[in-house]
Amino acid sequence: MGGEAGEERIKIGLEIHCQLTNLRTKLFCGCPADYRGSPPNTHICPICMGLPGTLPSPNKRAIEDGVAVAIALNSEISRRMTFFRKNYFYPDLPKNFQISQYDGGGGVPLARGGYLDIEGGKRIRIRRIQIEEDPAKLVHEGTIGDSAATLVDNNRAGVALLEIVTEPDIEDPREARAFLEKLRGILECLGVSNGELEGAMRCDANISIGGGTRVEIKNISSFKEVERALAFEITRQRQLLARGIGVRRETRHWDEVRRITVSLRAKEEEEDYRYFPEPDIVPIEISEDFIESVRRRMPELPDQRKERYMREFGLQEHNAELISSNNALWRLFEECVKMGGDPIEVSNWLVGDLISFTRELGMELTDPRVSPRKIVELVNLIRSGAISTKIAKDVLMESLRGDESPEEIVRRRGLLKISDESLLRGIVEEVFRENEGAVKEALRDEDVVNFLIGQVMRKTRGKADPKLTYELVKRNLERIAHGEGPSA
Amino acid sequence: MTPKTAIDARDELAGGASVEEYVLSLLERIRERDRTINSFITVCEASAIEAAKALDRKRGRGEKLGPLFGIPVAVKDNICTIGIRTTCGSRMLENFVPPYDATVIKRIKEADAIVIGKTNMDEFAMGSSTENSYFGPTRNPLDPTRVPGGSSGGSAAAVAGGFAPLALGADTGGSIRCPASFCSIVGLKPTYGAVSRYGLISYANSLEQIGPMASNVDDCELLFNVIRGYDPRDNTSLPQGRIEAKEGKLRIGVPKEFFMEGVQEAVGVHVRKFLDKMSGVFEIGEISLPSLAYALPAYYIIAMSEASSNLARYDGIRYGLRGEDGGDWNETYCNNRGIGFGREVKRRIILGTFALSAGYRNRYYIRAQKIRTLIREDLGRAFKEFDLIAGPTMPVLPFKIGEKLDPLEIYMCDIETVPANLAGTPAISIPCGMANGLPVGLQLMAPPFGEGLLFRAGRIIEELA
Amino acid sequence: MGEITPEDLERLCWLSRLRLSQEEKEEFLGQLNKILDYFRRIEEVDVEHVPPTYHVVDLTNVLREDEVEEPRPDEVLELAPRRKGRYILAPRII
Ligand SMILES: [Zn+2]
Repeated sequence: MGGEAGEERIKIGLEIHCQLTNLRTKLFCGCPADYRGSPPNTHICPICMGLPGTLPSPNKRAIEDGVAVAIALNSEISRRMTFFRKNYFYPDLPKNFQISQYDGGGGVPLARGGYLDIEGGKRIRIRRIQIEEDPAKLVHEGTIGDSAATLVDNNRAGVALLEIVTEPDIEDPREARAFLEKLRGILECLGVSNGELEGAMRCDANISIGGGTRVEIKNISSFKEVERALAFEITRQRQLLARGIGVRRETRHWDEVRRITVSLRAKEEEEDYRYFPEPDIVPIEISEDFIESVRRRMPELPDQRKERYMREFGLQEHNAELISSNNALWRLFEECVKMGGDPIEVSNWLVGDLISFTRELGMELTDPRVSPRKIVELVNLIRSGAISTKIAKDVLMESLRGDESPEEIVRRRGLLKISDESLLRGIVEEVFRENEGAVKEALRDEDVVNFLIGQVMRKTRGKADPKLTYELVKRNLERIAHGEGPSA
Repeated sequence: MTPKTAIDARDELAGGASVEEYVLSLLERIRERDRTINSFITVCEASAIEAAKALDRKRGRGEKLGPLFGIPVAVKDNICTIGIRTTCGSRMLENFVPPYDATVIKRIKEADAIVIGKTNMDEFAMGSSTENSYFGPTRNPLDPTRVPGGSSGGSAAAVAGGFAPLALGADTGGSIRCPASFCSIVGLKPTYGAVSRYGLISYANSLEQIGPMASNVDDCELLFNVIRGYDPRDNTSLPQGRIEAKEGKLRIGVPKEFFMEGVQEAVGVHVRKFLDKMSGVFEIGEISLPSLAYALPAYYIIAMSEASSNLARYDGIRYGLRGEDGGDWNETYCNNRGIGFGREVKRRIILGTFALSAGYRNRYYIRAQKIRTLIREDLGRAFKEFDLIAGPTMPVLPFKIGEKLDPLEIYMCDIETVPANLAGTPAISIPCGMANGLPVGLQLMAPPFGEGLLFRAGRIIEELA
Repeated sequence: MGEITPEDLERLCWLSRLRLSQEEKEEFLGQLNKILDYFRRIEEVDVEHVPPTYHVVDLTNVLREDEVEEPRPDEVLELAPRRKGRYILAPRII
């Protein structure tokens, strides 16, 4: 077995299946594609059930969606693509073959090559993008082990899927998750797939350590699970290697409940998919004009948006990246800027407290209570010196909880910052009188100065202008040091 | 009424003769004689009578009548008919009742035709004698000890037996022309893409077409004109096309390869003689198309490969035969398919699986598709020189039921017919007399969309025969 | 010895989910090899520079607009021999 433990390299490749959830119909028939929440086997017809004599009719919009994704991932779009049959028996395949695409043997997938840069500038290369049909959904009575029968719901069968395969460029589970989240942002931005929908984005992963055997992990249902499954698998393989046991080439199943990968029962035979061109579908030529027309209709992509935010508004890369890759966040950001909010201030609030507060409150960023007006008011209140940053946080939290805007909250609760010098001077003197010991110490110890400032803040319930308070406290201490009385 | 042709029948019916009585008379004839011939798997007695009554009423209302008004059509049982079981000659689909009509069925119904029954066929169209049917063999009405040809043997026998003036067959490698030849009727395999395949149960998608069968060329053309045309439900459907030949004598090329391998002497001699007879009316010349020698193996490899995939769907879960569930899903599938399919179907699925499998794909499947290119090119060149290509439809005379047991021997029967399927060109079989007291068919091939030429030449040949 | 061995036949039956009786297996083995011997005739032709023909029609881009056709699911579902509620019952998967 090669390589010392120190230089072992982890190579992870992903195979992502995303449903084209924006389509009204399935890939090859007119059944409504939006099956979620429908009773079993209601979105079925002779075609997607593979009844004898039926023929597939490819959905034009699925091709357009695929081209848009290929453009976004910088892939090379095939000028003439073909559908192939992938032949294997399984109860979730109504025809016992899947109409898919094939790279090789005369087959041409929708697109090849391309890349996606994730945070930190790391580039993950794309191997290919292809279009295929989703299998049916199997429901097991009891557990998979002791189930007496399998229930088949074909509503999902034939829904259009995009399969995106990466090169094994990913080096740790966090990167895998970052890649998937970025990809999801792009698909959502293009409006082709809503990754929030259950099962709309699924992922298989393959992983090898130190150039060793490649293991495939199937059945990963969410991005969080991808990270977990990969982390588990790395630990498992390392332990094997440490004990001098070789890693077997196999396909493993991610058990979400037990949070482990388990070996699928060894297949009696190696699969042989017997790919061949689908005789019932003629080739599809994708012209330069077609690609251009798709490109023209494409919205701004997250990376383009990020560049623009940095260029136009001077945002920091971190903020620009975070905001541009989240649909709710960039929409909010742009609304705020349109309403006159300072872009940098707004971006800091969005990336910082807004995200953590909404998470804390269990709110979506798309919740109507998260309105751009609230953010802009908040930023303006700070900017005009009306409230302190500290109070602003409270105000934001309170504003998110209800319908009141920050200005209304500040007015109702009397939270305007005390920046009236004469008013504040009285309070400072009061604190000096009440804390004579501390005042003496403060003359020698800078830390105790902060204690005095804290006392002022306590008396004003945080409303005292911090800068002014600091100046007044310092001025009083100097006077005492020079033998003068505490007040002027 | 006892009309000689479908066109005569339509004219009489449109003119006032009772459609119901006509249909009843045919049903009576079927009851009497089809017990021996076995051309039908399902006779649609009730629905045919009902449809006939509706047509009589329609005529009574003075509505416009369709081009097939009142004509009963026998439909091969691999063409889906709504509410009528469609078995494909298989135990697997013994009780399969499609919830839809094939596009051709919609078209003939719109043309006021009546589906009188579903005809017997080799299981999943895999055969050339209609002996491979789960519902027993069909007998040749001209000589009931002999096969009617296949796989559309039931449709040919129904026309030849006088059970229906028109029939629909399907032709993957000769399945319309072979039984047309053996039963001494006319059968057309149209240009690939000319007739919608929607609703035709696939055997080999890239090769097959539904086509008309009739006792004469005019009737055949009548039915073809009703079923042809673009259908958005079939991705390989072509907009209607038409080619015309120059004025004057049609030029016919006769490839010498059509008289070589496996051709019975009686057939070869008879067809040669008939071609001599034709030479006054046509300009006939000999040609050589060397790639034809490889057409048969190439055809079978492609057909079996596609079939192995097309027939995978029959697992007994969503429709079709489901036996006892035993063990896990794999065992249930193996069992359902093991009891649902007959031997020839199993052989072809196994060979098709083999031809597509890793390590053999290039050697068999892909190489066969390359041979197909050569055949297409050879035929294309021939059609630059000739309007039509002619030869015997079948290399042999109708044989006795049970006479041919070796699969390869039966495959060899398709040697003359498969080139048209590989190239997608139209081809017709027209009776051209008898040899040893048995019917012989002449095959004419035309370039794509040359059906008009085939009918034109066919009418002349009918006169000569 | 033919190209298909008894072991190959087993594997091909597995790949195509076909159960053959012992008698069928014995009958098929010779037949299949005889047919394959004949098929190999195509090796006589030099096709190295010949492209394959997968479709005889020179059509491309026959695509459907993304418009819903209201399904009538029940008439399809009713064809399934074994059902449980609206589910189709398939045998168990181990
Ligand atoms: Zn459907």
